[in-house]
Amino acid sequence: MPWMPARRGERLTFATLLGLVVLLAVVPIARLAQEALAPHGKLDVGVLDDVVHSPAVWHAAGNTLTVSLGGAALAILLGAAFALLVSLTDIRAKKPLVFCFMMPLLIAPQVTALAWINLLGPNSTLLRALGIAPAPGSAHPLYGPGGIVLLLGLEQAPVVFLAVRAGLRALPRDLVEAAQAAGARPWRIVRTIVLPLMMPSVAAGGMLAFVGSIGNFGIPAFLGIPAGFTVLVTLIYQRLAGFGTSALSEVAALSLLLALIALCGLALNGWLARRRDVRVTAWTTATPEWTLGRLRGAVEGACWSGLFLVLALPFAALVATALVPAIGVSLTPRNFTLANFHFVLFDYAATRRAFLNSASLAATAAVMLVVMAVPLGYSLAGRRSSLRQAVGFVAELPYAVPGVVLAIAMILCLLRPLPLLGLSLYSTIWIILVAYLSRFMLLALRPVTNALRQIDPSLDEAARMSGARYARRVMTVIMPMVAPSAVAGGMLVFLMAFNELTVSALLWSSGSETVGVVLFSLEQAGDAVSAAAVAVIAVVVTLGMMLLSNGLASRVARGVLPWQP
Amino acid sequence: MAAVTLEHVGKRFGALAAVDDVSLRVEAGEFLAVLGPSGCGKSTLLRLIAGFERPDAGTISLGEQGVSGPDAFVAPEDRHVGMVFQSYALWPHMSVAGNIGYPLRVQKLAGRELARQVDAALDAVGLTGLGDRRPAELSGGQRQRVALARCLAMKARIVLLDEPLANLDVHLRARMLAEIAAFRTLSKATLVYVTHDQAEALGVADRVAVMAGGRVRQVAAPAALYRTPQDGVVSRFVGPGTVARGEVTQTYANGHAAVALFGREWQIRSAPGQGAGPVEVCIRPEDLAIVSPGNGFAASVARVLYQGGRTVVEAAPASDPGTTLSLSVRSSEPVAPGATLHLSLVDGWVIPGR
Repeated sequence: MPWMPARRGERLTFATLLGLVVLLAVVPIARLAQEALAPHGKLDVGVLDDVVHSPAVWHAAGNTLTVSLGGAALAILLGAAFALLVSLTDIRAKKPLVFCFMMPLLIAPQVTALAWINLLGPNSTLLRALGIAPAPGSAHPLYGPGGIVLLLGLEQAPVVFLAVRAGLRALPRDLVEAAQAAGARPWRIVRTIVLPLMMPSVAAGGMLAFVGSIGNFGIPAFLGIPAGFTVLVTLIYQRLAGFGTSALSEVAALSLLLALIALCGLALNGWLARRRDVRVTAWTTATPEWTLGRLRGAVEGACWSGLFLVLALPFAALVATALVPAIGVSLTPRNFTLANFHFVLFDYAATRRAFLNSASLAATAAVMLVVMAVPLGYSLAGRRSSLRQAVGFVAELPYAVPGVVLAIAMILCLLRPLPLLGLSLYSTIWIILVAYLSRFMLLALRPVTNALRQIDPSLDEAARMSGARYARRVMTVIMPMVAPSAVAGGMLVFLMAFNELTVSALLWSSGSETVGVVLFSLEQAGDAVSAAAVAVIAVVVTLGMMLLSNGLASRVARGVLPWQP
Repeated sequence: MAAVTLEHVGKRFGALAAVDDVSLRVEAGEFLAVLGPSGCGKSTLLRLIAGFERPDAGTISLGEQGVSGPDAFVAPEDRHVGMVFQSYALWPHMSVAGNIGYPLRVQKLAGRELARQVDAALDAVGLTGLGDRRPAELSGGQRQRVALARCLAMKARIVLLDEPLANLDVHLRARMLAEIAAFRTLSKATLVYVTHDQAEALGVADRVAVMAGGRVRQVAAPAALYRTPQDGVVSRFVGPGTVARGEVTQTYANGHAAVALFGREWQIRSAPGQGAGPVEVCIRPEDLAIVSPGNGFAASVARVLYQGGRTVVEAAPASDPGTTLSLSVRSSEPVAPGATLHLSLVDGWVIPGR
């Protein structure tokens, strides 16, 4: 939309919203940098120096890089292969395949980790039923770097898949057809034409997977801490949990280090994405669809059994554990019980509270962010593209940095009572809400800006010519047209916030537990059956939200729901 | 009283001067067409009047009220100027009646009176009974009428039309043009109609403003524009014909001048105060006549375009082979490419020098 002379009502709203964005996104990160670099108001790199020279930090940083690179490599293999398969072949049932493939990204990492722990450990209800469980007392096969890499790879594969699929959609048909005319067979075309052209997309996706792995807390917390394997994220968590706010300067320095690694990764990703040949993306055409012929059945079988192995089986193990009275008891008709679900939903105050807390935090964050996003996106659409980009970058900041970093930044900002108001949000549930608003702002804003970009600006101009002022235009013209995308964005926010652990693990206090936090505490306390019941409920809520938002799919701007083909 | 007055209005987009020092008066109730090639700034001119763009220089007044200027800017929603967009801009989530009634609801109209006025607007554009439809269920011509009905319902005194026929099939255009003329009679509004199609502009407008390169080159009634173009650009853009180079040798008081052209001297129309010297001459197809050999000047036929009852002949004068003259003859006349014709200039116009 072209730049429009704004009236006072709009200007005031826009300024307020911009102020909120800055307050939520820029101020915490800036405060973090200040604490790390100038803890007492003047430049003092002493803390940073100590941190950088600490062997424990170096060790954890090395571990972080190892598992993140490993996870990214696995994600590239899986994600790129799946993208090629879905985009270039006549494999059947693509929609359900993609939906299932995206699941690991949407299911909370701590839930995935718990499911795998239940699947493969010595106490696995499922393996014991089959008589192939590891010997009691033996170490869990997934504890340590190997298991972390496996689960990070599975979780991040959808990220690579999305990047490569977007690249393949922009692949010009005639480049492939020219190779076909030259007599090349499909496999050769994939190797010599498609893959070389896809390299920037693959690399960009891999970079995102790397950044996502660096910030992951659930997987290294569940699989690393029991094995004494520490990464930067768990190191920060342990320091803060062990030493409390006295360690704030140190963890701030650590967080800054982590944020820098992540932002470098993102900058590299941006650079790679720009390197995509513009001539290639300029004429978008349909990608070829090769028939797999007699192989089709086998390939489909492999896909579905792979998904069965990494999705259904761990989930089945989780369910099996949730249905027995105590860990180690076999699942038989006589032992079958729903008592664990009853316990976590109704009897145990902490879990009951956690479900309520997570649901209301997620819903509040979703509603507030959508209500913010529509007028903000609308005002941005009418302004200079440099301002649009700046706001986009700022909104992305809290989402791009690892959740631990944002949590530390929030603690630093809200530890002391708020200026003017005099009340303190620290160790209340409100600090978690503020952190969620900051972290998930992007998820609500992006669908709205995408949808607005697809709307003819003259629809807004026609309302102006009809005499409609700003508020009326937003309510009667803009809102109805972007509503499906905005609601889908709100659902994404709910989904991510409900499943969230990283931020709340550092911000929770007694009474403000989240689902992720109680899951973590139950597992650490050894109450595996209750933990499994909580995890099963979390998965059911996640699946329900995904299916619910699918109902909106046909009216949502393309690319808003990642699991939509 | 002028309905729309622009004084020295300018609008730049980066390095491009989209509208460059334009002054224009549109009288109340007048139908002004703004004609120009794509990218000439005519749509920007419209958006400046509507208030969707703010000028960098100059002032715009609607009636007595200054709406755009260095110290005043009235937002589009307060201008009460109707606009028919090229895309029609019908809101997909509202019914046809919802679209038409929107400006009325903004004016706090409701209930019976709202329904009555919406129905009246629907009747006026021939869409009686289609109020409950969605815009997506309508044909292109019907959408156009809904857009017109919306301007009608809001009782806008000034209505701007931005290439309203550009998205319609050729056979629909003539009909919609008639609808727009009817709309004008009905609404008595001042119309500013932007188009790149000279047939549309010359056919319906009281006056036509020709724009090129961000500037208004000439504003005149269609016949005057055709007969007396003020510069070569207007002459080439409006109507068929040729611009040839000649020399004025003498001027007369009766609005004619003696011009040396194609090896002979002709008396053709000229502007008052036309001086002697090299000039450009506008020659329309009907200004040329075929004469017997020995009279007029020789020209060789380059192309013959059969068009039914008449045939367009393109011929190059022997004295000036770089110029292509075009004339229209009865198709029964035997003219073939390569033949030599003898032509005479029965009329013409000396394009005023600048």
